[in-house]
Amino acid sequence: MNKTIELKVLSKKDFETDQDVRWCPGCGDYAVLSQVQKLLPTLGIPRENFAFISGIGCSSRFPYYMETYGLHSIHGRAPAIATGLKLSRPELSVWVATGDGDALAIGGNHFIHAMRRNIGLKIVLLNNRIYGLTKGQFSPTSIIGQKTKSTPYGNVDRPFSPTALALGAGATFVARALDTDLPTLGNVLKRAAEHRGTAFVEVCQNCNVFNDGAYATLTDKATRDDTRVILEHGKPIIFGKNRDKGVRLNGLKPEVVTIGENGITEADLLVHDETVPGSILGVLLSQFEGPALPVPFGIFRAVEEPVYEDLYAEQAASVRSQKGQGNLEALLNGGNTWEIA
Amino acid sequence: MNTMGKLSAAAVVGQQTDEPDSIVIRFVGDSGDGMQLTGSEFSKIMGRAGFDFATHPDYPPEISAPAGTLYGVSGFQIKLAAEGALTSGDKPDMLVVMNPAALKTNLPDAKVGATLIINSGTFTQSNLDKAGYAGNPLEDGSLDGYRAFPVDMTGLTAASLADSGLSKKEVGRCKNYFALGIMLSLFDQEPEVEIEDIKRKFAKKDPKIAEANITALRAGFGYAEATELFVPPSQSLRPQSAPGKYRSLSGNQATALGFVTASEKSGVPLFLGSYPITPATDILHELAALKHFNITTFQAEDEIGGICSAIGAAYGGVLGLTTTSGPGMALKTEAMGLAVMLELPLVIVNVQRGGPSTGLPTKVEQSDLLQAVYGRNGECPVPVIAARSPADCFECAFEAFRLATKYMTPVILLTDGGIANAAEPWRIPDVSSLPEMKVTFRTDPEGFMPYARDENLARPWVRPGTPGLEHRVGGLEKDFSSGNISQVPANHQHMVETRAAKVAGIAKDIPPTQIDGPSEGDLLIVSWGGTFGSVTKARDAAEKFGKSVAHVHLRHLNPLPPDLGDILKRYKTVLVPELNLGQLSRLLRDAYLCDVVSLSKVQGKPFMVAEILHRILELA
Repeated sequence: MNKTIELKVLSKKDFETDQDVRWCPGCGDYAVLSQVQKLLPTLGIPRENFAFISGIGCSSRFPYYMETYGLHSIHGRAPAIATGLKLSRPELSVWVATGDGDALAIGGNHFIHAMRRNIGLKIVLLNNRIYGLTKGQFSPTSIIGQKTKSTPYGNVDRPFSPTALALGAGATFVARALDTDLPTLGNVLKRAAEHRGTAFVEVCQNCNVFNDGAYATLTDKATRDDTRVILEHGKPIIFGKNRDKGVRLNGLKPEVVTIGENGITEADLLVHDETVPGSILGVLLSQFEGPALPVPFGIFRAVEEPVYEDLYAEQAASVRSQKGQGNLEALLNGGNTWEIA
Repeated sequence: MNTMGKLSAAAVVGQQTDEPDSIVIRFVGDSGDGMQLTGSEFSKIMGRAGFDFATHPDYPPEISAPAGTLYGVSGFQIKLAAEGALTSGDKPDMLVVMNPAALKTNLPDAKVGATLIINSGTFTQSNLDKAGYAGNPLEDGSLDGYRAFPVDMTGLTAASLADSGLSKKEVGRCKNYFALGIMLSLFDQEPEVEIEDIKRKFAKKDPKIAEANITALRAGFGYAEATELFVPPSQSLRPQSAPGKYRSLSGNQATALGFVTASEKSGVPLFLGSYPITPATDILHELAALKHFNITTFQAEDEIGGICSAIGAAYGGVLGLTTTSGPGMALKTEAMGLAVMLELPLVIVNVQRGGPSTGLPTKVEQSDLLQAVYGRNGECPVPVIAARSPADCFECAFEAFRLATKYMTPVILLTDGGIANAAEPWRIPDVSSLPEMKVTFRTDPEGFMPYARDENLARPWVRPGTPGLEHRVGGLEKDFSSGNISQVPANHQHMVETRAAKVAGIAKDIPPTQIDGPSEGDLLIVSWGGTFGSVTKARDAAEKFGKSVAHVHLRHLNPLPPDLGDILKRYKTVLVPELNLGQLSRLLRDAYLCDVVSLSKVQGKPFMVAEILHRILELA
């Protein structure tokens, strides 16, 4: 690269489009958009090298509001489209904006295979536990018993955890944040941007129209300190208003204990480690649910593993070094040929 | 509609269509007997000797069905011709039969009096039972009227390999080379060329197997030379291929090479996103091996992932390609609609097979034409072209990307399981004589509008990474020029009509339609895709009957050639033979308010020349 070219210093404004943002007033998506627009100018990547790919749903309107390259595609397919883009143009920073229905129901297959492959995509899943754009049906993350338009007597369809799914599929970077906890949201997005390989961020986001209060106990000032825990690498799992509660492992069973009671000290607590080989710790944490356990936010797992597009490029380079750059004439004349005089 | 209900009459006609300058041979045996290999090796050797040929592999969907069963029979048919083989032939003049089940299932197809070379070593009571024979056909007179030559290939191969140190099972696998040896002797070819091939094929894996196959080949060759049992079946057959350098090429190989050529000639990398499906997968195999070219292949998690990754690549500014067969096309439908809205160049290959649903995965059919032309939600025009022969796949693959990039549109290329797996000699073109493909990317931010159009109604192609051209595209209807989301009623009508006009406008790019035969008259045959060879041969045969018949073969199916409507009007009757229930017939009636006579066949098999000729003689 020519070092004399001065890169324009970009600001959040440079990543805002002239389109009116058409999410409902009060939607949690606004916070995510704003955090992403704030983050991108800090990454040292030229604006034209960003591409945002989305599927269908409220969250998938995201690209229209980003002054970058963008593609608003079809339901559930954004990871597949982004994979083709990233593999053919690995120098681009490719982001996927998706939702719980888009990524986990109709697009579940593309989602798990993106995680498995460890291709360099940043996948941000806005999880409001409801279908918003179709006006209120249950999603794969809606809780049992939830009354929605398609479950008027309550949902009997068991939900799963997006982070557990991602970890189970072998994701190398998995994080979770709340739309209202901006410091954690900003931090996990930054770490996701810096991660090489597939980076998955679940944002628990309130749909104030069709599923208002889905995360209320996690966001309300009165309860949140006792219901959630922010994960910190190398630190014990401690939470509570007075930071006197912790989680320890009893065999494989996590349990809440009070520090200072029954001789319990910090040394007894489960210590978070983003880099544990395998995804066992991440999966364990991702299954912490209230009220018995605090719900974790932050980075569940961040490990360096071979990246798909790197492996692909290395293999292609090695074939080239053995065979030389492909030659069309030689190719057409290959195989068993014969001359007719 | 005329279905194939008159086979007995056609069979009589078939006896009269004998082409004196060709011979049809079919190798038949168990799926594990190596018939596909034997047949394709034999084809290659005869091609090298200067013959034109066309092949038709016919194998069961099971990888290795239980031995000796009727449904486990695998066949490979080849027609050798002095020139212009075009089809793999109707009825075999010669069968190479490896077991009773193969005899049982294939004898009815053979010509009366056909030459049968039979591995008598497999005619055991147990195999006869499995094939449902009450008696042994080699002994009970049921082969009277044929020139049957029983040879104990199993026993003779085993004897020749007695000292090889191989197991009985391994020895058993060499008998197809014994059969090939016999055939080389019969057709005056030296075994040396094949021996080189065997060494290349097997030596790395296991030199002992290579040696055994060579021994079996020589043994078969020597046996045929020594016994002088056989009379060469067609003394008069002499090769007449035009001078040049040739190779044997299957349709799927040709398709792959055509795409590589499109990439090399345009200077734009190629990206294939694909999911394995019979009979299209070989295109993925071919391209996956070419990593030293500017080619990326991606085996996706499913068919939808295949096309969607290709769309992502096309958005990234490379040639996006996806390859599949009927059921996969159904899955890709929604994404094709997206590509139409995004107006990005993309090529979708459908190697058609028997449908609906899983249908007949390994058999030939042309029943996805209407799906290709119409099968999407909304007003969703996609150009459709079809290849007519294995070698034509090369040109069609190139043409598909030429149209896709020039008009910024997805293009569907239809081939079929027949031409995809069939092989023919391909005269290798000089690279410099191949057309160039000009592709430009917009880089100028000044006045940039994502959906502003050129004289072909194509919008600009922009590579992400180009400063100042950041823009959003998507599946929602968009404003005519800015590309921003638009729900304005008049704008939608304008966009729908513009997308339709863009694809319709491709008609001006189609060369004048070639008519074989009189330019007006009583009967015109219109065909498309893999039936080209059968129809051409049928027309030739009809001429010998003194009938004046014209033939038009279509490559472009959407849009249709601009001169086609006028051509149709110049004939009293239009006959459209198709391996479906009349899909092109519907398109022609719809486009030209012109009635056509449909000749339909859906049996998983190509047309026999006689079947088409029979209908011609009824009409002309």
